[in-house]
Amino acid sequence: MPATEATPLTRKDFQSDQEVRWCPGCGDYAILSAVQQVFPELGIPREKFVIVSGIGCSSRFPYYMNTYGFHSIHGRAPAVATGIKMTRPDLDVWVVTGDGDALSIGGNHLIHTLRRNVNVKILLFNNRVYGLTKGQYSPTSELGKRTKSTPHGSVDFPFNPLNIAIGSGATFVARSVDIFMPHLKSVLKRAAAHKGSAFVEVMQNCNIYNDKAFAALTDKTGRQQNGLYLEHGKPLVFGDNQDKGLRFTGTDFEVIDLGNGKTADDCLVWDEKHANPSLAFQMASISTGDGLGDFPVPLGVLRAVDAPTYDAGVIDQIDELTTARPQTLDQLIHGTDTWTVDAGGSVHRGAN
Amino acid sequence: MTLPIAGQTDAGKAAEATVSDVVIRFAGDSGDGMQLTGTQFTNTSALIGNDLSTLPDFPAEIRAPAGTLPGVSAFQVRIADHDIHTPGDAPDVLVAMNPAALKANLRDLRDNGVIIVNTDEFTPRNLKRAGYESNPLEDDSLNAFRLYQVALTTMTRRALEESELDVRSKDRCKNFLALGMIYWLFSRPLEPTIDWLRVKFRRRPEIAEANVKVMKAGWNFCDITDAFQVRYDVEPARLEPGTYRSIHGNSALAIGLVAASRRSGLPLFLGAYPITPASDVLHELATYKHFGVTTYQAEDEIAAVCSAIGASFGGALGVSCSSGPGIALKAEGINLAVMVELPLVICDIQRGGPSTGLPTKTEQADLLQVMFGRNNESPVPVIAASSPADCFDTALEAVRLATNYMTPVVLLSDGYIANGAEPWRIPEVEDLPDLRVDFHQEAEGFMPYMRNQETLARPWAIPGTPGLEHRIGGLEKEDVTGNVNYEPENHDHMVRLRAEKVARIANEIPEIEVEGPQSGKLLVLGWGSTLGAITGAVNQARADGLTVSRAHLKHLNPFPRNLGDVLDRFERVLVPEMNLGQLALLLRARYLKDIETYSKVEGKPFTRDEILHRIQAIAQQMAGA
Repeated sequence: MPATEATPLTRKDFQSDQEVRWCPGCGDYAILSAVQQVFPELGIPREKFVIVSGIGCSSRFPYYMNTYGFHSIHGRAPAVATGIKMTRPDLDVWVVTGDGDALSIGGNHLIHTLRRNVNVKILLFNNRVYGLTKGQYSPTSELGKRTKSTPHGSVDFPFNPLNIAIGSGATFVARSVDIFMPHLKSVLKRAAAHKGSAFVEVMQNCNIYNDKAFAALTDKTGRQQNGLYLEHGKPLVFGDNQDKGLRFTGTDFEVIDLGNGKTADDCLVWDEKHANPSLAFQMASISTGDGLGDFPVPLGVLRAVDAPTYDAGVIDQIDELTTARPQTLDQLIHGTDTWTVDAGGSVHRGAN
Repeated sequence: MTLPIAGQTDAGKAAEATVSDVVIRFAGDSGDGMQLTGTQFTNTSALIGNDLSTLPDFPAEIRAPAGTLPGVSAFQVRIADHDIHTPGDAPDVLVAMNPAALKANLRDLRDNGVIIVNTDEFTPRNLKRAGYESNPLEDDSLNAFRLYQVALTTMTRRALEESELDVRSKDRCKNFLALGMIYWLFSRPLEPTIDWLRVKFRRRPEIAEANVKVMKAGWNFCDITDAFQVRYDVEPARLEPGTYRSIHGNSALAIGLVAASRRSGLPLFLGAYPITPASDVLHELATYKHFGVTTYQAEDEIAAVCSAIGASFGGALGVSCSSGPGIALKAEGINLAVMVELPLVICDIQRGGPSTGLPTKTEQADLLQVMFGRNNESPVPVIAASSPADCFDTALEAVRLATNYMTPVVLLSDGYIANGAEPWRIPEVEDLPDLRVDFHQEAEGFMPYMRNQETLARPWAIPGTPGLEHRIGGLEKEDVTGNVNYEPENHDHMVRLRAEKVARIANEIPEIEVEGPQSGKLLVLGWGSTLGAITGAVNQARADGLTVSRAHLKHLNPFPRNLGDVLDRFERVLVPEMNLGQLALLLRARYLKDIETYSKVEGKPFTRDEILHRIQAIAQQMAGA
């Protein structure tokens, strides 16, 4: 874009004049910062960005971005975004949503948007709690969660957002953490570059209603001990000193200690482009995401495969038919069977 | 009218009689092809130049158990040599393909009416299924009618003796035998249907030819035998000069939306979820991709409306189409469009309810839902189509209001006009309203909620326009800037502003016109699909010497600015509605005028005579007072 070359956009260009009103210490600040840093690097004119959100703390996001933005209604952002992208393929459409917005009230729209492979980027801020309504459990809250609405502990099982996405046929599925800035930015860039639905789960700390939900992953030791940083074509190695690895037994993942004859060569080499989504699903399943289990938390790109996008398919049909079947409005209105009444009152088949 | 039993006779031929008006009902199992048979008769009559009106009546079940009353599907068509307004109160001719079809429809038939039955289906088993204790063809119970017993299935098989088709496929042609007979009985040409069959089954010519053969057999059977003593003709109606086509309401709506897209320069986007009786709008628009139409079968009604809102945000003409239950689900989405002030057209093809109700039957009971069925103060313009062809003009008007005023607009239709057909005088494209839209371009001084001082519309500034980056959403907006704002005074102001914007539409829509005396004793006021029955009834009442006036509302919110004055000019106002008095409720609240409701909620439209009798009763009361 010539305009972009002339005056490169900066982070500041994407900051709106609105006062940011998340709670001090909220993980959303870090994500906002990451997005404002990444967008100028994408080479897309600012007016081409549209950010669509639903309802919840995360969904205030568009107000703080100086792009086109649409703060819609609870759960429906993917549907609004689909309508935009189908009619305006030139726009770069991003959805910002939360665990309640995307997986509870809006679950249907999320899965169908991913199934269709609409070319929109979906950032799901997962803090495992309802923040804006002041602290009820969410569909990603762990079993036994005590909240205002579950004072004796929740008794329903949570969703793993990655598995919802993979199970819906998403062509790009990734995960990062609010405060892992370089990692988050690299994942956002990968998502931006993907052609098709890109689903990114961002583990996000709600310091008011669910503080330290991901502390075992995000604290100083957790980052290395409990994070599994997936890289395409690289073996699954993790741990403080890269001293652990994951191998695949054929049915399950297994943690192995490296050394004593075991090397990275014994670990599974990660393949994000594997056509069959089963392995990505199984990878997503090794951990509930908080770093508290026996397995590390997979971070980075779990799946990135090529597939035709829905919006392109729709537009291709329209383009093809517009060329193949030229018809005037007058012809359409007339249809195939007409009759004409002349001034004398006599009738004949067909138009005049 | 009653069909005469005698007419002019040539030696050796059936007598011929010309009638001005005839009502024919085709009835059979839902798999018998009655809708198609009726549609063919309708189209052929249209091409002859008759005025016509149709009333399809089919069950919600795709194939209810064969031979049962719930499985009966019927199609009524009225053809005339003069201007008509309804599909007719009572059939003159009933084609009954089985005992259940006879039983379900007999009570509507005119005395001395013609019944054609397929005797092959009158087996003990089928009679029992239909609930007949004895065979009505044999027990004198049909003596009040002119009964013609025809072995349709046997004759169909005989006509196709040499065909390679299997028996089941042959039997499926029997509706065309009946059609051939009716074509003969009413002196219609076979060519339009033959042409249609050959196009429809161009990939399966053996099917087309079998149906052609069977239809001709039906015609020849009547021509050769003495089955009928009299043969009828209905001459062309004296319609206004012009080119016509026959059109269904849903089709007129779909074409109207495409026309609005062309006239506005906005690409049409339809977000929809399948629902009876609105799905045909989706089906038809899906075939208009070559007009740049995008159709989106969404995952649910909510996604359907939200995708349309997204499309409008991007600068397309966003439309969503549904029926009552779907409109209920769209309420939150429509309210979002109210708040963000984007154009959006919501088409509600009303059906019987509440809840799932009567999916294939008609009703007008969503008026209050679309007026008020959203949280808080949520003003939305509402307009209603009054006939199948009027759906075309109403679609253009909905788009005009939506884009001029930057607002969601509800267009009300119903199952009766959606599936009914009438001749439509095709307009010239250049006579259609100019709906061109200018997107806001000027960055200098731009505020997303600044307003056109006349219409109070905010600017339509679409993504991709440099310098106009802005955010909209469901939170309350600060006047002019559009920033999120929770101030009490601002909210009060914005609530009133949104109401005022919709109210101002009344400044430029046409005043309501009274047909008949401009003041006096009785005004019959209607809206939507009751137009035909009301017009027919009022015309007849006048012919009978009564003084009665008539007016019809297209704009239901806001009302035409002279409506209050009009109501005040009449001693009594009668509002026939297919609900329990929803328009009457609005009128009473708005104008403090006593309004008399005439309700009918049977899933069927008013007959002309029902309204006529009510007019007569009121006239009698007033004469006695």
